[in-house]
Amino acid sequence: MSDLPLITILTLTPLLGGFLVMGLGAGRWPLARWLALACSFVVLALCLVISARFDPAAGVMQFGERHQWIASLAVDYRVGLDGLSLLLVLLTALVTPMAILASWHIERQAQIYHGLVLLLQAGLFGTFTALNFFHWFLFWELSLVPAFFLIRLWGSPARSAAATQFFVYTMVGSVGLLLAFLAMFLATRTFDFLELAKLGREGALVQALADTLGWRDLTVRRLAVVIFGGAFLGFAVKVPLIPFHTWLPATYAEAPTGVTMLLTGLMSKMGVYGFLRILLPLFPEVMRWLTTPLLVLAVLTIVASAGAALAQRDLKRMLAYSSINHLGYCLLGIFAVLNSPGSASGSLTHQSAALSGVLLQLFNHGLTAATLFAFIGFLENRAGGRRGLDDFGGLRKVAPVFCGLMGIAVFSSLGLPGLNGFISEFLIFQGAFPLAPWAASFSLLGLLLTAVFLLRLLQRVFYGPLNEKWVALADLSVGERALVAPPLILMLLIGVYPQPLLAAVNATVIRMLEGGG
Amino acid sequence: MIPVNYLDLLRLAAPETVVLAGALVVLGVDLLALREVETGLRRLLLLILGAVTCGAAIAWMAAFPNLGNFMQGMLVVTPLTQWVKGGVLALAILTLLLSGGASFTNHWGEYVALLLLSAVGLMFLVSSESLLVIFIALELASLSLYILAAFHHDAPESAEAALKYFLFGSVSAGFMLFGLSLLYGLSGSIDLREIAAALGGPFLDPLLAVAMVTVAVGLGFKIAAAPFHLWAPDVYQAAPPPSAAFIASASKLASFFVLAKVLSVGMGGLEGRAVFGDYLPGWVPLLAALAAASLLWGNLAAIVQTNVRRLIAYSAIAHAGYMLLGIMGGKAGLPALVYYAMTYGFTTLGAFGVASLVRDRVGGDNLSDFAGLSRREPWMAFCMLVFMLSLAGIPPLAGFFGKFYLFAAALKTSSLDLLWLVILAIGMSAVSLYYYLQVLKQIYVVPPPSGLAAAPIPSLPKTVIILAALTVIVLGCAPNLLLRVLAAP
Amino acid sequence: MLAWTIYLSLGTALLLMLLPERREQWARFLALGAALGGLVLSASALFQSAPGSFRTVTRLSWIPTLGIDYHLGADGISLVLVFLTGLAAVAGILFSWNIGHRPREFFALYLALIGGVYGVFLSFDLFLLFVFYEIAIIPKYFLIAIWGSTRREYAAMKLALYSFVGSAMVLVGLVAAFVFAGGQTMSLADLAAHRFPREFQMWAFPLVFVGFAVLAGLWPFHTWAPTGHVAAPTAASMLLAGVVMKLGAYGCLRVAMTLFPEGLQPWGFEWLGIGSWRDVFALLAVTGILYGGMVALVQKDFKFVIGYSSVSHMGFVLLGLMTLQTIGLTGAVLQMFSHGIVAGLLFAVVGRMVYDRVHTRHLDDLQPMNLSRGLPFAAVTFTLATLASIGLPGFSGFVAELQVLIGAWHAYPTLAVLTGAGILVGVAYGLRALQRAFFAERRSCTDGQASGSARGAPAQPPDSPAPLEPISFPERVGSILLIAASLAVGLYPDLLLKYILPSFNAPWFDGLRGGGLP
Repeated sequence: MSDLPLITILTLTPLLGGFLVMGLGAGRWPLARWLALACSFVVLALCLVISARFDPAAGVMQFGERHQWIASLAVDYRVGLDGLSLLLVLLTALVTPMAILASWHIERQAQIYHGLVLLLQAGLFGTFTALNFFHWFLFWELSLVPAFFLIRLWGSPARSAAATQFFVYTMVGSVGLLLAFLAMFLATRTFDFLELAKLGREGALVQALADTLGWRDLTVRRLAVVIFGGAFLGFAVKVPLIPFHTWLPATYAEAPTGVTMLLTGLMSKMGVYGFLRILLPLFPEVMRWLTTPLLVLAVLTIVASAGAALAQRDLKRMLAYSSINHLGYCLLGIFAVLNSPGSASGSLTHQSAALSGVLLQLFNHGLTAATLFAFIGFLENRAGGRRGLDDFGGLRKVAPVFCGLMGIAVFSSLGLPGLNGFISEFLIFQGAFPLAPWAASFSLLGLLLTAVFLLRLLQRVFYGPLNEKWVALADLSVGERALVAPPLILMLLIGVYPQPLLAAVNATVIRMLEGGG
Repeated sequence: MIPVNYLDLLRLAAPETVVLAGALVVLGVDLLALREVETGLRRLLLLILGAVTCGAAIAWMAAFPNLGNFMQGMLVVTPLTQWVKGGVLALAILTLLLSGGASFTNHWGEYVALLLLSAVGLMFLVSSESLLVIFIALELASLSLYILAAFHHDAPESAEAALKYFLFGSVSAGFMLFGLSLLYGLSGSIDLREIAAALGGPFLDPLLAVAMVTVAVGLGFKIAAAPFHLWAPDVYQAAPPPSAAFIASASKLASFFVLAKVLSVGMGGLEGRAVFGDYLPGWVPLLAALAAASLLWGNLAAIVQTNVRRLIAYSAIAHAGYMLLGIMGGKAGLPALVYYAMTYGFTTLGAFGVASLVRDRVGGDNLSDFAGLSRREPWMAFCMLVFMLSLAGIPPLAGFFGKFYLFAAALKTSSLDLLWLVILAIGMSAVSLYYYLQVLKQIYVVPPPSGLAAAPIPSLPKTVIILAALTVIVLGCAPNLLLRVLAAP
Repeated sequence: MLAWTIYLSLGTALLLMLLPERREQWARFLALGAALGGLVLSASALFQSAPGSFRTVTRLSWIPTLGIDYHLGADGISLVLVFLTGLAAVAGILFSWNIGHRPREFFALYLALIGGVYGVFLSFDLFLLFVFYEIAIIPKYFLIAIWGSTRREYAAMKLALYSFVGSAMVLVGLVAAFVFAGGQTMSLADLAAHRFPREFQMWAFPLVFVGFAVLAGLWPFHTWAPTGHVAAPTAASMLLAGVVMKLGAYGCLRVAMTLFPEGLQPWGFEWLGIGSWRDVFALLAVTGILYGGMVALVQKDFKFVIGYSSVSHMGFVLLGLMTLQTIGLTGAVLQMFSHGIVAGLLFAVVGRMVYDRVHTRHLDDLQPMNLSRGLPFAAVTFTLATLASIGLPGFSGFVAELQVLIGAWHAYPTLAVLTGAGILVGVAYGLRALQRAFFAERRSCTDGQASGSARGAPAQPPDSPAPLEPISFPERVGSILLIAASLAVGLYPDLLLKYILPSFNAPWFDGLRGGGLP
């Protein structure tokens, strides 16, 4: 069993499962639903096997596979897992069954819907494990297509524009990314992330670009910035960073709940993953030149999105902005790591704290946001599609369990100590304050605003006088409770005992800092 | 006084003699034996007799390839002239057989005899290098052709066209004679080679220039090059189709050959240069101007034609432009010219054949009369497709290779001086595709008019047309069949 | 054996002409047989050949007087394009199985066109190449003029004249080159080895290049393409966009660039930053990419969207050629293959699956029909084709565009960035057409008939017109064939790259090597 290509199997299982489910035909959609769920559980089990066999202390790429693929382009099929990848793979395996369960009520063309969800999962696995640009990009784009159709075909009424906007915006980023990588390939003749990272670390990448590209009279430095800018665009749109975020609120709002969970829980992580896996190792120098503007962007993202969330009347949109806000912390952490004044041993501690926070935040936000959106979905189903902030009120009286459980998720999101969100945000700020004091200070404002709008959400929906319309609102069903229970338990668990997760990423963080930071 | 060896003369002029005798026999037989015979059979017998005569002449040439130069250029027989004469005769045979279903006259004896006589004239024209014989042969051929053009017994347009042809022809003959007399006066000889020797040198005497121009005018009329083409559309449209076909094919072949001979043999060394900005007077610039005018005028005027025969007439003017390029190709251009003129002859003859069949069936040969031909007569339609595409210069048909060879020869001889003309020619051939496609569009795309009674078409013309099409295809695919002998040193 | 692709097609075309008119079914099967034969021959030749080798198939002296040979041969580029032709030919016949109007002649002309195309790709004597090149013009005219739709006669004539004007330009260049090289050979290898004077190359190169590029849809000579593609019957548009446009690009590469490599060198002066013909054509290619995409974005006729997208995609081919990098050239050839497959598929969906069933191509009319319900197979096919067309990884177009872009980064970084914008425009029009044609809402009854309306459309809402004719078996086979080809090449590009790449080591590309080909 030790020499099984586990990662390939991991990616292929949902891929084949997805096609199988889609091929079942319209008549057998209930079976398709079950099959999809089963498939996602198999994948989860496989993930657990992988994480059990993962050696957290190693910090290097594990379960590596490498096969020659396109000789003429020097492309190898190369995959591997480190702590970062593992965390995201695990998250993916966790959130997908949740999304499938949250979409249980969808009956129209359910076989296609669930098939697409599994394809999306395959795309995510591929993205998080690939170590060569060629198939990394393949999976990156592959995940986009099912997402597009999921939104386009099963979304709310304004879905058409939202889906198009989502696809086109992301493609803008992808093209930037593609162009940047092609330029790098031209300069280095390799698409391999690890080789490119090695060159990036040595500073050879920037020089090679300047040598081969010779674009008019751009200086070495400007050229590097331009190429970096292309790649940056790709990830910034995906995360998203303000001002590249405009596609997000509409998309999250119009997508069906299950898909929104995938979008916010997983797909937004692809962007941050890109920052960590690609930009940081490949362009350490360039990023260091640009730290200040990058930090400004991160702060802007955190504060503005929190402010925007405050102004929303639509619950989904509010959470969408909140999602931007939370990922802003990740970027704050990443950019702060770059802002280290020197190689003093003290700063390394801060850096590793910030980076560990970032990694943890990825996991936590994925879990929390997905759960929150699941709750909104429940609410939407009960209210016949309504999800305005002012449409409800006093629901606590008719649905106490709903209120209580959602409360946990909301508090996790705003970073209440004892819940998972606190750990990661604390780590980020702990690292970021010494490294980039001004940015961290401004970001605190975002933290504050988050608390305001999340509490207002709780208050408007669950407290106050009961809105007459919802007297008959049902509390959470057993199935729904079963759906939200595991993530809520995980939130608590990580909140009080984050050690295993931290241990899993620690070696990776150290390696990243030694290598790239 | 040089002693004349009449046996030599007979030996060299045997094919011409055979054809001449055939013409007389045809007249005699018609007068003596066939008066009482029913028209259809009479026509058939006479046509076959004419065809056999021509065939006999070809066979004679093949069997007894007598070459020689009789009386310093009076009669020069070379393999090349043999082949050209063969081409003239073959075209005459096809013309005769094409008349198989026609009903434009009852005087078939005279018709066949005149056709044979004009063939004799053309043959002499091809094989002579003497000014005098050239002129006489030209007149013999022309006079026969004038009458052939007027042979339509109940169509006044035919007579009108013939009159026009005659008037233009006479005037141009006058010009030509004037030019030839000047040549004689300047050189003191009527033999082309001696003329060339006497006139040698790049310097162009003004009188010589006049001679050159008038000769060009005279022959320009025969080859229907613009601006001496005015008779052509009328004759092509109104003359009996076989006559028109013969005028457009065999007469053109021989005229081009003689023009090439007069210029490149008789005025070798006086080519001049026709390059923009580096112009040198001579016959090349003269021909280049004629060619350019023909290309432009022929192709552009053809676009607006609605009558197919008139369209072919204008395309013939355009093709005169291409062939003039061959003359400018000098010695190297001669095989190209002959190849082109011959294949052009077959093509245009076939096209006239199809047009005449359509005219017989539908009652007209306007473009719209061809509508849906492919549904009624798939074979004739296909042949017309071949002819039109060959005229447009689409490979693998003969017209394409002909053009290619002409252009290559013209460029090679002039060392790219004539590039501008070649570009014009190729550009104009692109224009020409438009009007050829107009014909094909009617044939293949437009649905046939309803209510057209089915009628069998005469098999003889049909065979001729298919033969012509086959020739065009075969010579196009395997040009070496003809080139091997034409370009042989 | 490879030469039999030509003879088989042309011979069957002739046979079909002679067939009795009422034998329509025979005609179909004969045509399919010939096309399949061509595909099998080309595929076996491709996959049996050793990468990097050139082989002469037939070489006979044809017109010894002028040193013209009947020389058929194949290198990797030829083999790949011949294979494409085989694929497109089979698919085209499958998608025109339902032709009822003069089917015998239709298939005869179709095969004649295919035969000409095979001939061009296999000719290594330029005279022969030109002969085959022109043979392909006439069937195109008739295919469009007789079986076409919108403004067919105009479109057919426009196409014929554009092609012919283009080939006239080529002919001028070829005749001049022939004469310059001594008038004793038309062999590609010999002419490519001949060093023509620089001044001559400077005017001959653009002449011949543009002549061929007219057929490749080079902006601004592309205007025949949209009208032609739209007017043509489905199979003909598949061939036009799929294969015939490749003839032009192939000619640019095989003839213009190999014969006159110095024509690509700088003029010695610069005007607005343009210093050579290479710059000019690269700029025109990128203009085509952007312009074609932008125009496709605002089209109302579904087929026009695809027609303009072809112009846009062929821009990639031409840009790839102008990079003069091995990788760019390889990408250009691969893009020819890829676009051939994908454009064929797109036209098949629009022309056969949609238009033949609902009799409209107007996007505004298609919108309320929500065809993803009525024609789910067509919707899926078109979705995949669109994804392939916008260059999504996993499909053949991605690898091709990737290589072209790498080449472009080296040669023209600014244009590479603009090309990136072109890809985005492609995404925009692809999505627009996809959504409006197949996935538009029927607002009133979207959720009313929630389930069970997928395959075969059994649950049509009561107010909808009669059920659409289901997608037929030949159509399914054709779609799957093309999609599989695109995916196979997209996922394992070495399948073709290993043949294309070494082809650039051939001696006739030596002239380009000075210009940057390593």
